[in-house]
Amino acid sequence: MSVMSSVLLLAQEQAPAPARAEAPPLTAIWPILIVLGAACLSVLFEALLPKHLRWPGQVVLTLLTIVAAGVKLVTYVSGAPAAGETAMFGTLAVDRPALFLWGTLLALSLGAVLLIADRSVEPGGAFVATAAIRPGTVQDRAQVGSTGMQTEVFPLTLFALGGMMVFCAANDLLTMFVALEVLSLPLYLMCGLARRRRLLSQEAAVKYFLLGAFASAFFLYGVALLYGYAGSVRLADISEAAAGSDRSDTLLFAGMGLLVVGLLFKAAVGPFHTWTPDVYQGAPTPVTAFMAACTKVAAFGGILRVLQVALESTQWEWRGVLWGVAIVSMVIGAVLGLTQTDVKRMIAYSSVAHAGFLLIGSIAVTEKGLSSTLFYLLTYGFTTIATFGVISLVRDSSGEATHLSQWAGLAKRSPLLAAVFTFLLLALAGIPLTSGFVGKFVVFEAALSDGMGPLVVVALVASAVAAFFYLRVIVLMYFSEPAADGPTVTVPGAFTTAAITLGVIITLLLGIAPAFALDWASSGVFAIR
Amino acid sequence: MTGTINLAAEVQQASGIANLAWLLLALPALGAAVLLIAGRRADKWGHLLGSATVIAAFVYAVLLFFDTTSLAADDRTREAHLFDWISIHSLNVEFGLRIDPLSLTFVLLITGVGSLIHIYSIGYMSDDRDRRRFFAYLNLFVSAMLLLVLGNGFVTLYFGWEGVGLASYLLIGWYQGKDFAATAAKKAFLMNRVGDVGLALAIFLMFKNIGSTQYSVVFDKIGEQSTGVIVAIGILLLLGACGKSGQFPLQAWLPDAMAGPTPVSALIHAATMVTAGVYLIARSNPLYSLPQAEDARLVVMIVGAVTLLIGCVIGCAYDDFKKVLAYSTVSQIGYMILAVGLGPAGYAFGILHLLTHGFFKAGLFLGAGSVMHGMNDEGDIRRLGGLARKMPITFITWTLGYLALIGFPFLSGYFSKDAIIAAAFSEGGSRGWVFGGIALLGAGLTAFYMTRLLILVFLGKPRWENLKSEDGRAYHPHESGWTMTLPMIVLAVGSVGAGAVLSGMLPEWLSPTLGELVEEHGPLSHTVIAILTVAISAIGAGIAFALFGRREQPVTRPQRVSFPVRAARADLYGNHLNEALFARPGVWLTRFLVFVDNRGVDGLVNGIAAGLGGSSGRLRRLQTGFVRSYALSMLGGSILVIAALLMVRFA
Repeated sequence: MSVMSSVLLLAQEQAPAPARAEAPPLTAIWPILIVLGAACLSVLFEALLPKHLRWPGQVVLTLLTIVAAGVKLVTYVSGAPAAGETAMFGTLAVDRPALFLWGTLLALSLGAVLLIADRSVEPGGAFVATAAIRPGTVQDRAQVGSTGMQTEVFPLTLFALGGMMVFCAANDLLTMFVALEVLSLPLYLMCGLARRRRLLSQEAAVKYFLLGAFASAFFLYGVALLYGYAGSVRLADISEAAAGSDRSDTLLFAGMGLLVVGLLFKAAVGPFHTWTPDVYQGAPTPVTAFMAACTKVAAFGGILRVLQVALESTQWEWRGVLWGVAIVSMVIGAVLGLTQTDVKRMIAYSSVAHAGFLLIGSIAVTEKGLSSTLFYLLTYGFTTIATFGVISLVRDSSGEATHLSQWAGLAKRSPLLAAVFTFLLLALAGIPLTSGFVGKFVVFEAALSDGMGPLVVVALVASAVAAFFYLRVIVLMYFSEPAADGPTVTVPGAFTTAAITLGVIITLLLGIAPAFALDWASSGVFAIR
Repeated sequence: MTGTINLAAEVQQASGIANLAWLLLALPALGAAVLLIAGRRADKWGHLLGSATVIAAFVYAVLLFFDTTSLAADDRTREAHLFDWISIHSLNVEFGLRIDPLSLTFVLLITGVGSLIHIYSIGYMSDDRDRRRFFAYLNLFVSAMLLLVLGNGFVTLYFGWEGVGLASYLLIGWYQGKDFAATAAKKAFLMNRVGDVGLALAIFLMFKNIGSTQYSVVFDKIGEQSTGVIVAIGILLLLGACGKSGQFPLQAWLPDAMAGPTPVSALIHAATMVTAGVYLIARSNPLYSLPQAEDARLVVMIVGAVTLLIGCVIGCAYDDFKKVLAYSTVSQIGYMILAVGLGPAGYAFGILHLLTHGFFKAGLFLGAGSVMHGMNDEGDIRRLGGLARKMPITFITWTLGYLALIGFPFLSGYFSKDAIIAAAFSEGGSRGWVFGGIALLGAGLTAFYMTRLLILVFLGKPRWENLKSEDGRAYHPHESGWTMTLPMIVLAVGSVGAGAVLSGMLPEWLSPTLGELVEEHGPLSHTVIAILTVAISAIGAGIAFALFGRREQPVTRPQRVSFPVRAARADLYGNHLNEALFARPGVWLTRFLVFVDNRGVDGLVNGIAAGLGGSSGRLRRLQTGFVRSYALSMLGGSILVIAALLMVRFA
């Protein structure tokens, strides 16, 4: 406790909190401003540009936005204060972890946008034009000819991205809630945009929306209780109140529980994962990639911040409970993944198991726990994007062939795709020479050094069980006879190729030479102010 | 006693010619390497190179011997450090050679007999396509055996020990195509492993308790150990010796090892390798001489006595030329073990008998080889007979070896075996009577079965005349060429004279290593014992003459025989015993482990997999696809989380 208060003291001495009247310093939050501004611009594009210009216009705008935000981020990082600073009247904390998360989000969304923008795999894109036109009909083809692709998905993506970036930098719970809604609402819509298997997609969107609203309610109720407890929604104030006050702990712990449940829902941690398989399966695959990678990053960014900043002083109370949650998540992900017959659902359960591993890193409230979790998010995000990119390539006449039986003997027909997918699955399983291994290693190491040996043992057992269903796909691809009417593998266009290549290269790079990324991840801790 | 315990202090640094002692190992090792690597290209001159390396080693050994005798008796124990072999933390194993009277004696025996047998093999193996490889293995054996006796620590000894084991395995299984040879090689290898475990454990105990495995340190500090440790090491060393030397209860492999070519039987399984056990115990004399090691020595004596009787009894019943000789070897090594078990009163006699036995037993085997060479490899003595005239040189040399073995007065066996019997009697008390009596009885039995062998092979009627060998050829016995007869003649000379020459000087020559010979006088005087021995041997030989010399012998072995003969023919049920005690429990253990693996381990693994799959299938049903049930599960989870948090806080 004394350490924290002295940190507080030091921080106050070095950088006095900005006066409320002062104009907000914008240098730190330029990336957010660029992304949200471009999102608005993108809406205008949608309204004003002629149909045939929309797709090129939107793609160029989105990619430029991400690149520009990235450039701004890099230029800011080189001169940023090591202890971090706050922006927008103290509602955003731009510290090292936030910057790392922003960088991760931008890089991952670049890959995801490349997948979303692709028109070569599925002529006309993966997204719906008009709900009434069934895919493959005359009208459908005519529409493809006239518009090329539906482009509403681009502004939605940018809004979601902006929300995610705010979410992981939010310095108070209300900002966090707003950001949560900003990132969630576009995602609900994007889930329902699938061109093929439209009913499944729309069902997924409704489910996600209903359950998301339910979870938001939990979150908001938690915020209310915590406000009642601390008299403030600022993370630092809550931390201070929890550290030394005689107010009702019932308010604190009930609020904390509700808040955490809302966060765990977004991160797809079991037992709050129930939406994950259905939504991952129903959503258009590029959107699934975006959700699986970026939402996970944003959600865990929020969890890390809440746990390490606001709730740090009560960690001995919540740690045991989150142990249990992590175990449940890993077991559910690993065990239920065993019997899945759909590739996308299988990866969804895999993401539940990975969420458990990430939670282990998050509840190690140490610098090592923080940096290892950040690193794990980076590795997992890229592997996932590439994985969904590969999944989108295996198709038959009715769209993507996601049933596992259709993947039998795929290596004989397209050895390159099978090799790439094998590599990605091995990364998900955490085999050495892939980033997945390094990620698991640093997380488990951090957990061990923070006295969570039994939890690590459970995690290792769970990852051994999970390895089974990854390896099963590999066996299926290499050692089974191909089905007679099996799917074909589409030759991907430049965008999808770029996205998959990016994911694979980074997975390999972080598996072989992870030091530089680990250094970035451990360059600083959360600013508490 | 103090003299032997302070050995470490007396070790001198090797200098002058002794510095080249590594040549003894290097020469045959080089020969083996060249012959094995050169392959078929060396076929023409391989046997010459193989023989030359061993002869060169022998020449060097003779020079080294005279170099050593020129030193004062106290300076004759020298060590040549070659390199640090294993140096890990507190374990420091030095690769060095100990040149002292004991090792030099063995070096002379090994290189001397080895040279003769190499020369003999040139003729014996002349028809074998792989003669070069045979010489490579022989060279390998000689090199390993020299390492065994020259090493200056138990680990180097163990290295050589395993090296000779390997060479022995390769050579017993020389006729790879034949089942019985492959089986015999495997059997020898496995039974040797049993003994090797004992030796290895003894070395571990030394390292644990003394912290070193070098002779100088071990022998210096062994006296400070507790009696339990000393007895344990002594008995474990004995187990090692039993494996290598074919002693009870590990004697069964040695007769089967006769499946190898006869020169191998002569060199490895009669003259040198099988005496390694005797060397080991003699080398460890500072341990066995300790008063605390009394019990260990008693066990050694019992093993020796039991073995010598077993060997004699079984030797009486066998009809295979080489197997009778093999059991004779077992029994003679039993004498040696008995002798070294007697302690300071017997070490020198054990080595003496080892040397004389090396001469006459090698000669006997070479004679057997010569007979078989001339008789289409026929080894069944009932199908031989009357060969004295056809093979005069073989007959004469073999008979001289025979006389030496049964202890004919003033031939070499007379000096060495009588000395052991006398030493056994002089142990005193009931022990003296028991061990002396057994040794005496053994002498009579030895005379019996050796005479039987002589009569059936060389005398009597030529029973082979109307028979054909297995491959359908008629027998045309003939004398062997000079490369084979020359070694036999040399060994015969040794059989006649070695005992007389050596018995006088050997105890004194060996005293720097084995300590002074302690002469004790038992209830019977030496003269009485000598007369008794000769008389009992004569009775044994006479009975054999009466049984086999005067009657015509059947060509096939009689089947209706008394129980003792049946038991002896069945190796006194030694194989049955091993099978019942070790092989069958081993098989049971294996089956049990396979069962545990199949049902237990695999069952556990498959059970876990099935359990996970099953639970996965059930849990899947919770994923109904209905938002209401999802929301319910979230609500349940939330209530649990909040309840748990509050419980942790307020409990």
